[in-house]
Amino acid sequence: MKETEISKHTISVLVDNESGVLARVIGLFSGRGYNIESLTVAEVDADAHQSRITVVTSGTPMVIEQIKAQLSRLVPVHKVSDLTLAGPSVERELALVKVIATGEQRVESLRIADIFKARAVDATNNSFVYEIIGSPEKIDAFIKLMAPLGLSEISRTGVAAISRGTLTM
Amino acid sequence: MAERILSGSEVVLQALADQGVEVVFGYPGGAVLPLYDEIFKQNRIRHVLVRHEQAAVHAAEGYARSTGKVGVVLVTSGPGATNAVTGLTDALMDSIPVVCLTGQVPTHLIGNDAFQEADTTGITRPCTKHNYLVKNPDRLARTMHEAFHVASSGRPGPVVIDLPKDILVGKAPYMEPAQVQHRTYNPVVKGERSQIEEALEMLASAKKPILYCGGGVINSGTQACKLLTEFTRMTGAPITLTLMGLGAYPASDKQYLGMVGMHGTYESNMSMHDCDVMVAIGARFDDRVTGNLDFFAPNSQKIQIDIDQSSINKNVPVDIGIVGDVGHVLEDMIKIWKAKQYKIDATALDSWWDQIEGWRGKHCLSYKQPKDVIKPQHVIRRVHALTRDRKTYITTDVGQHQMWAAQHFGFEHPYEWMTSGGLGTMGYGMPAALGVQVAHPDATVVCFTGDASIMMNIQECATMTQYRLPIKTVILNNRYMGMVRQWQQLLHGSRYSESYSETLPDFVKLSEAFGFTGLTCNNPADLDDAIKKMLEIDGPVILDVAVDDKENCYPMIPSGKPHNEMLLGQETDGNEAIDSDEGMVLV
Repeated sequence: MKETEISKHTISVLVDNESGVLARVIGLFSGRGYNIESLTVAEVDADAHQSRITVVTSGTPMVIEQIKAQLSRLVPVHKVSDLTLAGPSVERELALVKVIATGEQRVESLRIADIFKARAVDATNNSFVYEIIGSPEKIDAFIKLMAPLGLSEISRTGVAAISRGTLTM
Repeated sequence: MAERILSGSEVVLQALADQGVEVVFGYPGGAVLPLYDEIFKQNRIRHVLVRHEQAAVHAAEGYARSTGKVGVVLVTSGPGATNAVTGLTDALMDSIPVVCLTGQVPTHLIGNDAFQEADTTGITRPCTKHNYLVKNPDRLARTMHEAFHVASSGRPGPVVIDLPKDILVGKAPYMEPAQVQHRTYNPVVKGERSQIEEALEMLASAKKPILYCGGGVINSGTQACKLLTEFTRMTGAPITLTLMGLGAYPASDKQYLGMVGMHGTYESNMSMHDCDVMVAIGARFDDRVTGNLDFFAPNSQKIQIDIDQSSINKNVPVDIGIVGDVGHVLEDMIKIWKAKQYKIDATALDSWWDQIEGWRGKHCLSYKQPKDVIKPQHVIRRVHALTRDRKTYITTDVGQHQMWAAQHFGFEHPYEWMTSGGLGTMGYGMPAALGVQVAHPDATVVCFTGDASIMMNIQECATMTQYRLPIKTVILNNRYMGMVRQWQQLLHGSRYSESYSETLPDFVKLSEAFGFTGLTCNNPADLDDAIKKMLEIDGPVILDVAVDDKENCYPMIPSGKPHNEMLLGQETDGNEAIDSDEGMVLV
């Protein structure tokens, strides 16, 4: 890979679930001028008070290496794993997509939702809220198709990711 | 073991004592009154009252940098904490171990915009290595001990502990330092052996090697500095030091090329540019060192040893990056170098040294001392000459005088040079000198400063007087913010915008007003006598030396230029304007 080529990486960070830890991570990205394309965080081990942060970021190989080194040296960080380099991984995101439409548009949105295996989790006479789970690309595609069909609001969780196979963090 | 229940303030003081803290630099206020009450009741820990919280941090830095111990600061909430921010940032940039205790409003008032409330952990997050807000008394003792561990281990840095007043007043259990172990924070100190072997092989095969060493060697300790000297002599390679590294290797040694970087020596920068193998030891390829990265040491393979993984490949990609403590890695390097009987090719090394001697022949630091006006460099050289028989510590402020001190004062030992390198904080010098003198009461402490820098923390004169700290402050007074003026001359068509010191105080009267001696000197013939008099006076002295106000600091690599395009003062008579728009936008 060329040194100047920018690539997208999904980085998982295991942290102590203490106050301010997310601010440290976000502050590091903004303070040093790194991109955050997506960020998710939730506790994954209540007993050990550990949370997992998944950051999707992009940069040159040198920048990506810096991001990982900078994350690793934060005191509450247990482990940093670059899922993009570690091997194949599964990435999933959930989105809630509100479509306000009537007549043929409304029916068409249902048909597309069916193709994408999106569920309607709320319905009124002139609206649906679809729940869709998938890769960010799949969700992008779904949203694109909904755009002319009365798409009015989107809420996305950001990416949660994990390595395939027996590999763990 | 049964836990001892104490008051929060007692826990803090007990933890400080158990961490071996002898002195705290601080300033009281509402939120930390319980701690000050506790300080009043004991005599194990000495408190030094500064006159501004920024100075408390710089004093702690001076203490830390001159002893290798952790410097401790105690300030109140709100403005106390925000005033400390510059000092904390300074300590972060220069990797100085500092623990800063800040008062905070009681936990139930946090977030209410209470009197003297500030979001201290929020504000200090990017300017500390780590920070804590103690909301649970059970965590207090642990947090105190952990903070010292974090501040002093790995790449050292400042740590803030924000202490709400109710935590200080309420009860809290105490535990000994030994009972505290950190779960996640365990820096690597041993370098990877295979990488060390690979690095040595690379170095041994070099024809034009150079060792480029920085503040990390000093942070690693006096033993690491000894090992560096041993290793350098074994290899026969030339060595250069960064601003922060001065003293890590004896300046009088023949293998030493002088400082590297923007105002480094010609021989040093040319050697960096032309080398074929560079070993960076505890140095971070700062922009003041590298100049234009596109032309930095273009034909070299690079090895970097640093305890901070994120310092490796940050600015300059290296061929071998060894993560580990410099002292440990050097120890292994020496062992392996001996065991494998490595030797750099003698013929190649000789011709490399011949080339270097050619550069040395430029005498890039030379200056002519005329009869009528004192050259600033001369002041540094004379103070150096006249303090050689004493244990002397030097602090500086920031600007031309700082660079002249770095260039002309030969540092033979670590811990004797305190300067604000990374952040470049004007106002650092005098408070840092306070910390150094407190740590070394019998030593000579000289603060080189400028007429602009000194004004930034001039209130600390009162602290010097109060504690009878016999600091010798030497002002290189050119009535300008000299470095600003120099850049304006070179890069901005000599338009000296706001850089003239229009109204300076009479420093003699000012010294007297603070209760100590002020001296002046403006005649080259009187300089030695003035310095001697300053050194003989038992107490603080400010020596105000009127120096050549048009003198520029050379040699200089202008911003945006490579190492081999230095400006040498003698050739240009200091009148060279740099015609570069690119340089103008760079810092």
